Amino acid sequence: MDLGPHAAFIWASYAAFVAIVGALIGWTFFDGRRQAAALQDADRRGLKRRSEPGPKQDGA
Amino acid sequence: MQTLTQRLANPTRFMEISRAALPWVTAGAALFIAYAMYLVFFVAPPDYQQGETVKIMYIHVPSAWLAMMGYSIVAISSFGLLVFRHPLADVSAKAAAPIGAAFTLAALITGSLWGKPMWGTYWVWDARLTSVLILFFLYLGLIALRSSLDDEALAGKLTAVLALVGVAILPIIKFSVDWWNTLHQPSTAFTSTVDPSMRTPLLIAAIGFTLLFIALHLKGMQNEILRRRVKTLRLAEVERGERLFSARAE
Repeated sequence: MDLGPHAAFIWASYAAFVAIVGALIGWTFFDGRRQAAALQDADRRGLKRRSEPGPKQDGA
Repeated sequence: MQTLTQRLANPTRFMEISRAALPWVTAGAALFIAYAMYLVFFVAPPDYQQGETVKIMYIHVPSAWLAMMGYSIVAISSFGLLVFRHPLADVSAKAAAPIGAAFTLAALITGSLWGKPMWGTYWVWDARLTSVLILFFLYLGLIALRSSLDDEALAGKLTAVLALVGVAILPIIKFSVDWWNTLHQPSTAFTSTVDPSMRTPLLIAAIGFTLLFIALHLKGMQNEILRRRVKTLRLAEVERGERLFSARAE
């Protein structure tokens, strides 16, 4: 594929774009995993949200 | 009878709806972007003046649009927080800011790399370029202000006020090419000057990246809701520990 005399600028643009958007996608899904893991950890320790069924920790 | 916004204000219902919608929005984004890139690299012709460098337009223009769309979402969400106290408004504003900032950075970098071969310079203090740079700093300011405050409610209000003050940048960016004599060409939009052989790939790319933005925004909001739930649980755990401790001390 011949992209002409300025091919370097075209590839550099697409590389920069893929890097930025790729990092954004990666960070968003990594953050999601981290929050889900933190919530599971809280669940394992028996911490319950008021709206969730089940015995309350302080016997209420 | 609840209004639509009230029904959507329930984080749990939002999680259900967004969990169902996210795969479809993501798949749609992937399909549109893949098809757009096929058109860009194998179908769309070179420009009679710019030659193949016009291919940069297909990522630069959508990035610029999404940079401004992102800030519009932050501003609308901020308005929803300050005026309607909508429970998800702050979540939406916080989730949209980094996505908007990323696309603004992409627009600045791809524009600079497009400017060097076409204008002979990476940067010029042109009205359009400068106002988009200010938009990028506004995004960074919103993110920095929010992360510098522990109090979630206060952080939400302060960033909402800053976001609404900063809305003035959007018309300045939009009309900068009309108000001032700029090196940057007039708005690409869908004017008749853009030949259909280029306008179609640009439209498809714009739809694809917009769907990508929406998918990232939904996922970002989900993350933020989970983060706040974890924070609430941990605070409750600390308070319970203090109560037990003081009960034993008596």
